[in-house]
Amino acid sequence: MNAQRKQRLTLVLVIVLGASVAVGLTAYALSQNINLFYSPSEIYMGEAPKDTRIRAGGMVVEGSIRRDPTSLRVEFDITDYAHATTVEYTGILPDLFREGQGIVAQGMLAADGRLIASEVLAKHDENYMPPEVAEALARAGKMPPMPEAAKGY
Amino acid sequence: MPRWFYQLASPRWCYQITGRLLPGFAIAAVLLLMIGTVWGLAFAPPDYQQGNSFRIIYLHVPTAYMAQSIYLTMAIAGAIGLIWKMKVADMVAKSCAPIGAALAVLALATGAIWGKPTWGSWWVWDARLTSMLILLFLYLGVIALNSAIESESTAAQSTAVLALVGLVNIPIIKYSVDWWNTLHQPATFKVTEKPAMPPEMWIPLLIMVIGFYCFFAVVLMLRLRNEILRRERRTSWVRELLLQMRG
Repeated sequence: MNAQRKQRLTLVLVIVLGASVAVGLTAYALSQNINLFYSPSEIYMGEAPKDTRIRAGGMVVEGSIRRDPTSLRVEFDITDYAHATTVEYTGILPDLFREGQGIVAQGMLAADGRLIASEVLAKHDENYMPPEVAEALARAGKMPPMPEAAKGY
Repeated sequence: MPRWFYQLASPRWCYQITGRLLPGFAIAAVLLLMIGTVWGLAFAPPDYQQGNSFRIIYLHVPTAYMAQSIYLTMAIAGAIGLIWKMKVADMVAKSCAPIGAALAVLALATGAIWGKPTWGSWWVWDARLTSMLILLFLYLGVIALNSAIESESTAAQSTAVLALVGLVNIPIIKYSVDWWNTLHQPATFKVTEKPAMPPEMWIPLLIMVIGFYCFFAVVLMLRLRNEILRRERRTSWVRELLLQMRG
């Protein structure tokens, strides 16, 4: 490699490294804004702003779903296994919604710390498996039961 | 530098070698994509949570991989063009951009179609989806910049610099799901661990991924050959070739 090419190679490396450092610092400075949701612990610590729309994410606590028999109103707790937040929502829940499922709810924090949600999204994990395997695991007590929705497929 | 590296610099040699490689890759792409599609969509087992809607993974994951791999190819080719002033590398970089943009659109579209039934939303501004959208805009920027500059060599230099600056987005896409809270789930496939799905699910996916790589190779070679002929149209070997084709 001659001197001129070496110089150009250095230039290319400087461009890539410079861009990485600039974007890396920006992303680090904005990291809280890049997070899609607040965890129940962050809400508990008061890190989530009141009076504005936020998203909260966590696992739906087993046995915490309380449905209003006369309307679509539903209440449930979400947890990150350290703290829990109660979410109140009126509307149709996504197919994958169930106890033990990760969800992200968007809404406003009420004065008593409850999240009045206007949208509930289901989060699924990176594990895929056939229903028979899931059933076998459930029988062995290692998996949460099948969601209502998946049985229809 | 090895000899093949300097041979690559010759448009004529490149034109010949791609002509010989094309049929093999084309057959492999058609076979693999057909086998993978039928296996994935009809014979792979459904997911225990998502049922059959998870099958879109057989399109979504390969297109998303490709959109990133093609960007990497484009940036490396651009860097080689910048450093060694290699015309063929410039042509490879230029040929990559529209293919990558098309696959990025496909990845975003299949993701949205998958997101609606499973998450409950077509689009969420989480880090993975947003960085993928930025990748599409980078491709569009590269295409626009390349066609806005008249001089071929200046255009190649400018787009190579843009592609290299945008390279920082690739690790962001990859690690967005680990660095930040996102709605998108983390990677199912990791280099260090076993895949988080059984073989009857990931083998067709692997076939689709390899099939898409072959498909990319075919489209890239076709575009590259056109670009070589267009740029070298005044050279004697292209004239002879055209005469032969006519004759």
